[in-house]
Amino acid sequence: MAIYLTKESKVLVQGMTGGEGMKHTRRMLAAGTNIVGGVNPRKAGRTVDFDERAVPVFGSVADGMQSTGADVTVVFVPPAFAGAAVTEAADAGIGLAVVITEGIPVHDSVAFTTYAKARGTQVVGPNCPGLISPGQSNAGIIPADITKPGRIGLVSKSGTLTYQLMYELRDIGFSTCVGIGGDPVVGTSHIDCLAAFQDDPDTDLVVLIGEIGGDAEERAATYVRDHVSKPVVGYIAGFTAPEGRTMGHAGAIVSGSSGTAQAKKAALEAAGVRVGSTPTETAQLVLDLLGNRA
Amino acid sequence: MDLYEHQARELFEGHGIVVPRAEVTDSPKEAREIARRLGGRVVVKAQVKTGGRGKAGGVKLAADPAAAELTARQILGMDIKGHTVGTVMLAQPVDIDREFYVSYVLDRAVGRFLAIASAEGGMDIEEVAAGRPDAVARVHIDPAEGVTSAKAAEVTEAAGLPPQTVDVLVRLWQVLVREDALLVEVNPLVRTRQGQLLALDGKVTLDDNASFRQARRDEVAAEHGDPLEAAAAARGLTYVKLDGEVGIIGNGAGLVMSTLDVVAGCGARPANFLDIGGGASAQVMADGLSVILSDPAVKSVLVNVFGGITACDAVAEGIVRALDTVRLTKPLVVRLDGNNAARGRAILDGHRHPLVEQVTTMDGAARRAAHLATAV
Repeated sequence: MAIYLTKESKVLVQGMTGGEGMKHTRRMLAAGTNIVGGVNPRKAGRTVDFDERAVPVFGSVADGMQSTGADVTVVFVPPAFAGAAVTEAADAGIGLAVVITEGIPVHDSVAFTTYAKARGTQVVGPNCPGLISPGQSNAGIIPADITKPGRIGLVSKSGTLTYQLMYELRDIGFSTCVGIGGDPVVGTSHIDCLAAFQDDPDTDLVVLIGEIGGDAEERAATYVRDHVSKPVVGYIAGFTAPEGRTMGHAGAIVSGSSGTAQAKKAALEAAGVRVGSTPTETAQLVLDLLGNRA
Repeated sequence: MDLYEHQARELFEGHGIVVPRAEVTDSPKEAREIARRLGGRVVVKAQVKTGGRGKAGGVKLAADPAAAELTARQILGMDIKGHTVGTVMLAQPVDIDREFYVSYVLDRAVGRFLAIASAEGGMDIEEVAAGRPDAVARVHIDPAEGVTSAKAAEVTEAAGLPPQTVDVLVRLWQVLVREDALLVEVNPLVRTRQGQLLALDGKVTLDDNASFRQARRDEVAAEHGDPLEAAAAARGLTYVKLDGEVGIIGNGAGLVMSTLDVVAGCGARPANFLDIGGGASAQVMADGLSVILSDPAVKSVLVNVFGGITACDAVAEGIVRALDTVRLTKPLVVRLDGNNAARGRAILDGHRHPLVEQVTTMDGAARRAAHLATAV
């Protein structure tokens, strides 16, 4: 079944006609995603030809939903306009908005995540690679050819670490991999994904990847202890990051004593999560656990 | 981006928050002139982006212009927690009656900004919060409504602050929103014996994502950091200098941080963090390599790339291009996996540079680079 995204999902792409939008729409289609339309008010009524099919362009998310029954939107709109794009999607009542755009001002993210939540729209991202349910659907920029369908769920702040773990475990396969994004404010948390994986009959084990900054991993640890009966394997990046320095993501910043990799690892282990010291060792822990269960 | 105290002071003043009269200089002679203009007696404050400068001797009272010159001379060039003092701010002393604390910070867990206020300012707010949590008020702000006078009054009442602080809280919110800041903090906010409210010291962190809509960001950033970091930023790379000997390049912040950890786990110290980002081109790779090779502390270099959108053949071409322009004097260990990895590996094999070697796993490559850097 997977979480959030299945082969039944009907996907719109906001910003489809831009460079990134075109490139990744083509890739998503090749991965089997049911893309039902693009959104661009200035190109409404046209169609865009991709290798396999012609995709119609709608003037608004509401029009696209009405014509196609779309329930997911993937947002490639540039930072200055991304907030308005998500707000429009929430007003149209879409169920899931996956915001790939990097570099959105944090004040905008605070506003649109709050707004969307109040209207029942789940936001994944911003500044995220999106999510993939291998063999079913791919909403975002995660390469579809790394791994196959399987029974591991994965949730991560980091795109490339997601790819690395998918690659390490490519022979086992995944139900859904969710890149929640590295920005300080994101619409979907580790906890949201843990709850969904716990309820998903097609997921046997969850890999949780975190990194320094904030306390999302600590809160996830508490959630695992109280609510997750499936095995969880963790990995945390940033043990050697210096305090008070941002490293790449706005999210990857250490300040003071909380938010360190050590504190996150300790919290996860106290909740019964096995934590690997490298991505490869983390993958080995997964293999051990699945082996024991077999 | 964190601001210096004097930059924060300017932003506060620009939004109608009263601050002490003050000027900034990097010259002791000019410090004397400034002290004279400010009435003789001044506080000389080191401008560094770190806490605890008072305890380190970076804040001193000078009784007259001659003393201000002498004190400025002592403080300029001082090292405070690894930060060299390049400028001092001279400020008029203030006759303090009471000290308060007010700030807006991002609460990531809730995804909203949080107003924090306390009638016990002047000291470390985290200590106050830990020892006497009741003394610190926390109120979440609805992004659609912002901080109105009514909201500010709710905060000041919860913290036990005098009513005149309402206006400061409203203006401080305007600083946060209009300047696209992630943190604004006034500590202490003082009431003078004459009853005036003044922001005596403050911290501001600006959101780098918002630079495109903030006109003055370039001049603020010009007063910034390490020359290698500035060179990397000019080429669109995210580079952070560290104090080890293994130079590191990777794609994606998470994977690069993970690479630092794995190298450290092999007994070597990373020399830097360098993220060439998603979809990196050959040129970006070449730029990154030349930045790292210009660091004399680097003894070996590790390139760790998992190609998702990034194509490994482009990365390999970037390495080859860099080797044409920069003379490689240190061993270079490369691990390529993912998108077009086979083609990338073949390009490097074909180039046959004696100092370049490839290792196919991340852990193995880290071990090799650490060994090359530590085995003299």
